Amino acid sequence: MALKDKYDVVIIGSGPGGLAAAISAKKYGAEDVLIIERDVELGGILLQCIHNGFGVEIFKEDLPGPSYAQRFINEAMLLKVEALLDTMVLDITPQRRIFASSKINGFVDIQARAIVLAMGCRERTRAQVRLPGTRPAGVYTAGTAQRWVNVEGYMPGKRFVILGSGDIGMIMARRLTFEGAKVERVLEVMPYLTGLTRNYVQCLLDYDIPLQLQHTVKRILGHQRVEAIEAVRVNEKWEPIPGTEEIIPCDTLLLSVGLIPENELSKKAGVQLDALTGGPVVDNNFETSVPGIFAAGNVVHVYDLVDWVTEAGLAAGKSAARFALAERRREIRHIPLLAGHNVRYVVPHELDKQTLMEEEVRLQFRVKQPVEEPVWVEVHSENNLITRKSERYVRPGEMVTIVLTPRHYEEVERATSLTVSIVER
Amino acid sequence: MPETYDVIVIGGGAVGCMVARFLSRYRLSILLIEKEADIGMGASSANSAIIHAGYDPLPGTLKAKMNVAANLMWDTLAGELNIPFERRGDYVVAIGPKELPKLELLLEQGRRNGVPGMHIISAEEMRHREPNINPDVSGALWAPTGGICDPFAISIAAAENAVQNGVRILLETAFEDFIMDGKRIVGIKTNRGDFGCRWAVNAAGLYADVVMHKAGVRPEFKITPRRGEYCILDRAEITVNNVLFPVPSDISKGILVTATLHGNTIVGPNAQDIEDKEDRAVTYDGLGELWDGAHKLVPSLSPRHVIAVFAGLRASGNAPCETPGVDYNHDFIIEIPREVQGLVNLGGIESPGLTSAPAIALRVIELLKEAGEKLEEKPDWQPIRPPRPRFRDLPHEEQKRLIALDPRYGRIVCRCEMVTEGEIVAEIHAPIPARTYDAIKRRTWLGTGRCLGSFDMPRVVDILAQELGVSPLAITKKGPGSEFLVRPTKQVEG
Repeated sequence: MALKDKYDVVIIGSGPGGLAAAISAKKYGAEDVLIIERDVELGGILLQCIHNGFGVEIFKEDLPGPSYAQRFINEAMLLKVEALLDTMVLDITPQRRIFASSKINGFVDIQARAIVLAMGCRERTRAQVRLPGTRPAGVYTAGTAQRWVNVEGYMPGKRFVILGSGDIGMIMARRLTFEGAKVERVLEVMPYLTGLTRNYVQCLLDYDIPLQLQHTVKRILGHQRVEAIEAVRVNEKWEPIPGTEEIIPCDTLLLSVGLIPENELSKKAGVQLDALTGGPVVDNNFETSVPGIFAAGNVVHVYDLVDWVTEAGLAAGKSAARFALAERRREIRHIPLLAGHNVRYVVPHELDKQTLMEEEVRLQFRVKQPVEEPVWVEVHSENNLITRKSERYVRPGEMVTIVLTPRHYEEVERATSLTVSIVER
Repeated sequence: MPETYDVIVIGGGAVGCMVARFLSRYRLSILLIEKEADIGMGASSANSAIIHAGYDPLPGTLKAKMNVAANLMWDTLAGELNIPFERRGDYVVAIGPKELPKLELLLEQGRRNGVPGMHIISAEEMRHREPNINPDVSGALWAPTGGICDPFAISIAAAENAVQNGVRILLETAFEDFIMDGKRIVGIKTNRGDFGCRWAVNAAGLYADVVMHKAGVRPEFKITPRRGEYCILDRAEITVNNVLFPVPSDISKGILVTATLHGNTIVGPNAQDIEDKEDRAVTYDGLGELWDGAHKLVPSLSPRHVIAVFAGLRASGNAPCETPGVDYNHDFIIEIPREVQGLVNLGGIESPGLTSAPAIALRVIELLKEAGEKLEEKPDWQPIRPPRPRFRDLPHEEQKRLIALDPRYGRIVCRCEMVTEGEIVAEIHAPIPARTYDAIKRRTWLGTGRCLGSFDMPRVVDILAQELGVSPLAITKKGPGSEFLVRPTKQVEG
């Protein structure tokens, strides 16, 4: 795939939000649509979610994550959406220039007419719940463990305690049990379940995995590898209640303690964030505070159902396409004024062709070298001479003016750039 | 006959690595042994990352002398070893009127120690220089020679430069005992066999007491591990641009709030004396204590901004200061003791130990010369340790060039700290090979960002396995026993 310098819509991330945005952008008329994905395949985190529960709203079917993703991947490919895989976006400017980097694609520098941010979210970590204790191997987020088990094919432990009753944690409890591991306990600091009830029933109850509400991990034990955790009951202020401690031997502690929208790139692009959601402030078109930059999915706020992420992606993609097409129309109307032979620069830098329909436009410039004999000052389009005038001499110290008038409109209308040059007679 | 060296350095922390590096200038065969899977895993890797100005230690102590002498060395040293270092200066901040007079005492102490350029600034000036400061600030002591550093890089760069100059380093090699010939040390026993030597340097940090006792030296000397806990804050949430100390107490410099070279703010340490020399656990109460200390200096800091917590152990000793008239019982030991021959004995090297390390190394050289050792300089000694590229620090144009040169620098493995596969592979094959996850982390800062490695961990395990030619099951976080993975899936538990 030959990468273009400029795209109508560039989508950062190929999870459900990104895929939907790409498809929708194509359907609403965007021609060049590019997805940039940091992993080696399209699909995002859906690829490691091999459990079912996806697509009930949109397809009225109960699909595993990879199957759900594949439907959108197939559609995107049919629509000729382009994709850069194994490529990480480094930087986005408010002017929608994107810098990315990749082993296979090298350093990427492209301009987007519109951008859809679809980076999803990341998991909260041990530090964010301030878990005391040692720092051995064997403390992982549920998502990292999920990647190891479902994508890489390795078990990260034999005996687990899971902190947090989020969906990924409960789903991993069942998954690890299937793989022959022992899940000792799921601990939840809140007095209620934080994930979906259906996951509690299908993942914990059905496999006799005990859930303890209002409990947390007081400390982690073990120097090299986790040897045990100390569980404790907490009061309403989440403070440990002395005397309720219990040592639970285990070799792995999984954390399923919440998700945070991933907005480091949004910040670089100057997008305004909402402190409460952690995601960009968006309007009903999913446009952020920076014109032409849209956002959809878990990057905006964390959803419970993938189907709703898809819906948001579809809406954002449509808005992005609309913005990109307006940009294109503006670009067709606006053409660059270029400095040709012996011309240093031209002001204005761009010409709005429509102005010429009614008014004249004065082009002013300076020459590079003096010419002490009569010359032509010429304005060319790619193919034709548009106009010219004679000067007795030209000198860098004296600004030169040449005027385009409505009678030039017909020629200029077909041009994609104009060049001003000095031609010796 | 075991392998024999002129000098064996016991311990690969900042002090041991600096001693090896400075000694590598001379025609000596040198071995450095380290019990852990990497160098710099003890106090050298868990501290405040500050090059102290030197106003804090009591005048007349070895701590004061070493600190002030070493402080001057850091510009050249950082240049030679190609390690990050910024002389930003530091502040001792008085909050409320009661603390103000203590600044004068510290200023006087600093002047007696020979610290240049210190003066007291007004509350208004302090508020201007650090807008996040507690508005109740009453004044501050400014020490322009204070600096911040990357503590991991110090031990690693010094050790690499030592290796460049012919020093041999053995990891996972634990000292067990000295081999004596009467009163003379002729070698050491380790878990990897015996090694002969003419000189042994005790740079064992927390275990310096155990090592010297094996030689029958200073039986009364005891190291009490003093744990200090720290929090690192997300640079995206809050930035404190300065090094801010509270007015110190009798036992510690107090809980400081400081800028790091990576833009993150760090809070800590507290001080708890403990027994276990390996207990680097973070405690529930300790974290609470940190916040009380942090809020005293910068009220706007919030526990919500924390992206990492850790604890370090200071090797706090009980050696009396040898300067007559100075009543102080926690001084450094830097000596060639009379009781045995062939031992250079270092002990109680707690803060300002990291700062002092290069001056301690020079003092060791002096002691060896005084003991009659004819140290002959090598004409081909290479003081420069070549730097390796750090993708995140490069402008786009240079990133582009680097990727064109080696496409592995184009693949970003740690998204928060922007660490590339190229950098990881370079560290795995460096003069001191990084063979564990934590070793790569200490060298590249991978996994230290806000996701704490959740994203990069499986990828780094893969790269390590591939580069080392082993199964991912063999890859560890920090040496044997800390394997990440236990077995492939689709197997039944035995």
